[in-house]
Amino acid sequence: MDFNQSADENLFDHARIIGKPHTRVDGALKVTGTAPYAYERHNVAENPLVGYPLGSSIAKGRITRMDATAARSAEGVAAVITALDIDELPRADSNVAKLFGGEWVEHYHQAIAVVIADTLEQARAATRLIEVEYEEIPGEFDLDDAWKRLQDRDVVSHVGDVDAAFDSAEFTLDETYHTASHSHAMMEPHATIADWCDGKNMTLWTSNQMIEWTRQALATTFELDADNIRLESPYIGGGFGGKLWLRADAVLAALGSRETGRPVKVALPRPFIFNNATHRSGTVQRLRIAANKDGRITAFDHSAISHTLPGGSGEDAVNQTRCFYAGENRRVAHHAIDMNLPESADMRAPGEATGLAVLEIAMDEMAEKLGMDPVEFRILNDTQVNPEEPSKRYSDRHFVECLQKGAETFGWAARNTTPGGKREGQWLIGQGMAGAYRGSPTLDSGARVRLSEGRLIVETDMTDIGTGSYTIIAQTAAETMGLEMRDVDVRLGNSAYPSASGSGGQMGAASSTAGVYAACVALQGEITKRLGVESARFENGQVVSGDKSVALRDVAQGEELVGEDSLHFGDFKDELEIGTFGAHFVEVAVNAYTGETRLRRMLSVCDAGRILNPITARSQVLGGMTMSIGAALTESLNVDTARGFFPNHDLAGYEIAVHADIPDMEVIFLDTQDGASTPLKAKGVGELGICGGAAAVANAMYNATGIRLRDYPLTLDRMLDRLPGA
Amino acid sequence: MKAFSYERIDDAAQAAARAFEVPGSKFIAGGTNLLDLMKHEIEVPAHLIDINGTGLDDIVATDEGGLRIGALVSNTALGADERIKRDYPVLSRALFAGASSQLRNKASTGGNLLQRTRCPYFYDPAMPCNKREPGAGCAALDDGADTRQLGVIGTSDHCIATHPSDMAVALRVLDAEVETVSPEGQTRRLTLDEFYALPGDTPEVENALEPGEIITGVVLPAPVGGRQRYYKVRDRASYAFALVSVALIETDDGKGRVALGGVAPKPWRREDADAELGNGAEAVMAKLLDGARPTEENAYKLTLAERTLAALLAKE
Ligand SMILES: Cc1cc2nc3c(=O)[nH]c(=O)nc-3n(C[C@H](O)[C@H](O)[C@H](O)COP(=O)(O)OP(=O)(O)OC[C@H]3O[C@@H](n4cnc5c(N)ncnc54)[C@H](O)[C@@H]3O)c2cc1C
Ligand code: SF4
Repeated sequence: MDFNQSADENLFDHARIIGKPHTRVDGALKVTGTAPYAYERHNVAENPLVGYPLGSSIAKGRITRMDATAARSAEGVAAVITALDIDELPRADSNVAKLFGGEWVEHYHQAIAVVIADTLEQARAATRLIEVEYEEIPGEFDLDDAWKRLQDRDVVSHVGDVDAAFDSAEFTLDETYHTASHSHAMMEPHATIADWCDGKNMTLWTSNQMIEWTRQALATTFELDADNIRLESPYIGGGFGGKLWLRADAVLAALGSRETGRPVKVALPRPFIFNNATHRSGTVQRLRIAANKDGRITAFDHSAISHTLPGGSGEDAVNQTRCFYAGENRRVAHHAIDMNLPESADMRAPGEATGLAVLEIAMDEMAEKLGMDPVEFRILNDTQVNPEEPSKRYSDRHFVECLQKGAETFGWAARNTTPGGKREGQWLIGQGMAGAYRGSPTLDSGARVRLSEGRLIVETDMTDIGTGSYTIIAQTAAETMGLEMRDVDVRLGNSAYPSASGSGGQMGAASSTAGVYAACVALQGEITKRLGVESARFENGQVVSGDKSVALRDVAQGEELVGEDSLHFGDFKDELEIGTFGAHFVEVAVNAYTGETRLRRMLSVCDAGRILNPITARSQVLGGMTMSIGAALTESLNVDTARGFFPNHDLAGYEIAVHADIPDMEVIFLDTQDGASTPLKAKGVGELGICGGAAAVANAMYNATGIRLRDYPLTLDRMLDRLPGA
Repeated sequence: MKAFSYERIDDAAQAAARAFEVPGSKFIAGGTNLLDLMKHEIEVPAHLIDINGTGLDDIVATDEGGLRIGALVSNTALGADERIKRDYPVLSRALFAGASSQLRNKASTGGNLLQRTRCPYFYDPAMPCNKREPGAGCAALDDGADTRQLGVIGTSDHCIATHPSDMAVALRVLDAEVETVSPEGQTRRLTLDEFYALPGDTPEVENALEPGEIITGVVLPAPVGGRQRYYKVRDRASYAFALVSVALIETDDGKGRVALGGVAPKPWRREDADAELGNGAEAVMAKLLDGARPTEENAYKLTLAERTLAALLAKE
């Protein structure tokens, strides 16, 4: 099905099921522990061996010697494969870090060996018996050093005359900010069971957000025909972008299986999540804003750097500054610096999460300089077109309504406007807000639907990373076919199924439901053909055409009818800016003596097109907000700049928000639809919640204390000296 | 994890004798720290002696008017005990500020005292660490290391790690004593100050226990009364080790006692600092933190300790 123009009024505008609060269809499996996650799929492969990886203990250099003799003869060990045993594996385009093989080490905890044994304990113990010698090469690990050295910033885009605008501006801001590197730190580590026993046909039961990308990456890495590779990833215990790629778990399990002729399973040990897998790069950002005294912004100048391994693209923190607010003159520059830290790559809202963490503090600072309310300042600088390219209008943008609705619901008007001016006992109380923006791209998506005896099976390689894909896909199919939720079974995450967007870049919900819709329409075509009618309505489990009505259960007379199609998104979308918008409001308490910061409440108002399911969408936004609180207050992969790694590589040292950090949270969805996005008029919402949230916390802390912090995480040591105490 | 042998011994003195006899023995109580360390091969006992059947799991009154806490009393049971909550509230508060409820259910009094540091380099077997491997060097002392959580006082040129226990800080301020039995069956009692060692040039030696010696309990002296507080400062609201913690007892005569956690290789207290309590937080810390040697990254702990005490002393 081609989607070549904005959707008109259609069945989803009169929906029975779409847009309604349905609890997760996979909820019971999850709470009973019976959803099959990769590492515990005990029934798929006969008697698997267990692999355990060994990571490099240096950040950069060459392995000069490896001796695995002792490991090979250890109890229970079936095989040891060292990096020196095989050539460097070819790298797929989607991989930046090398995953295995060869003498060169690019980062700490690069996998340099895997031990395959009968049990996890045996494999783990044997890794410690492998002797490794290195020739170390000094590496570069300090982003601040790189920032200081950097003269020419790579200008990504420059519109108007920024320098002139700053020269003539009545008010200007020029500040430098830092954001920390972040780990996805999902609950389920990367894990795979591989069966490549014959060295020919490979089956992986794994935990991966992008089935087709990963199948192709495996084909490249192992020089196989993709048709000989099968991937299953039906349940994923969190990804946040960390599982977009082929990673070492799958590679080592596959190598182990080929070597031993037995299925092999490998889960990355927790420290590997931080130093072997990918992470979000920290940034240094300089942001300048110019405005006239009426509060209108005349120029933005935003430059940022992040780190990457050679060939990667780092964390592009400047992108949203190109289009979020009005202003005629704008320049953004981003430099991804080659450094010898582990691979930086996408994490939930790559770019915007860190860019808005900074831009939205700067907006708060600028509003204060202008003597304006920060909500009013943003409303004044709203735009309905892309300011870089004014011919490109926003398809559907209700940012101003988000701000207004949020301010009203939160009670913004009643807040104390004097920073440091409100105290309750030992606690300083502050309120702050920030805007949120995240693009809403779509990717062509396919699905297959099979109707048999009135039951519908939906098959697509779309994944559910805890987001609710199973549920919204069932809703889409039931809605389109005139069935009930209970009539639909959804099967996901299998390379045998038609390829969909996968889960990433908040594309999944909008794209994959559109693909399922297309497949259902194809099935409807099969059915009308079978019934010999021109057209029909599908309602109440019946096919209705004129005065003829047949139960769906009966149309195929015991046979199975199949519809398969993809939704192709047309070029018309390129002429539009399609995005999602939001506003966060936060109240914090900061201890006047110790600087401990505790959230009291948080509200987010979202404009994200049609909300397919308010329950699962709300959970997504809450999760994003929670992650933004972590990013604001505690999360940091600390860099050991002597040795080039993240030493706080466990869940004790890398502090994600825990329940006690999360107060009253409220999410409001505006009732909007964006026909330019998909036939369902839906957009992404999975990443919007994390965008800007950190800045709302920062701004609330400023309001509480009068101390402006520009370096994340906003920990107490950064302000202790300046707090009032008594 | 290295293979090991395992046995249960249900009598403390016999367990001590056995531990002395079998090389590479370790006691296991709740296992919440030991098992983690074994998985990383930071601890590699050849033989585990399970002491959960020793019956050291009650809290009984002593003739001196105090309480004797068995080494296997869980952190949950201890923190919830009515006598502890009433007469030693600083201890109850410290216990409930630690770990999580699941962990506290398993964690024992003896194991808590002997839990090992949370220095990130100690936890990474690829890093040089004098505590883990004497003479290997200390990764935390190199320029560029991550030291924000590490110690500021009582440390040495060989190790700057802290002792992470909350419970021990409260026990120190209460003048509790650790009771042990030697392999020969001899009982002795040590104050917490005597019990814990400073790293000096042997950071692997963390306490005064002799080979095989087992902790049988902790003895609390008669209640001292007063206003008892435990303030644990951390970045997130729960489930994190202290950046700094302060245990405080203020008595009606304007005197009191103060001990710090999160700053040193052992609960940190100086009686001459206690004496300054009437003169405010700054005066106390001038004594208590005299001789501190922070890193650039953790110097804030000095300010934080003073401010945390000030917050406790403030009448608001
Ligand atoms: C995620 C996490 C968070 C935590 N957070 C905190 C926190 O915030 N604050 C805090 O204070 N603690 C915290 N802890 C530590 C926890 O308190 C300790 O792990 C626990 O108290 C150890 O008790 P255990 O009985 O499990 O000891 P085990 O692990 O069984 O033993 C620890 C050590 O003590 C020895 N041992 C045990 N009993 C005896 C005995 N009777 N005589 C001689 N030797 C003995 C063992 O041989 C071993 O060396 C945390 C732990 C974890 C895992
Ligand atoms: S500070 Fe102590 S525990 Fe940490 S690495 Fe150095 S020697 Fe080891």
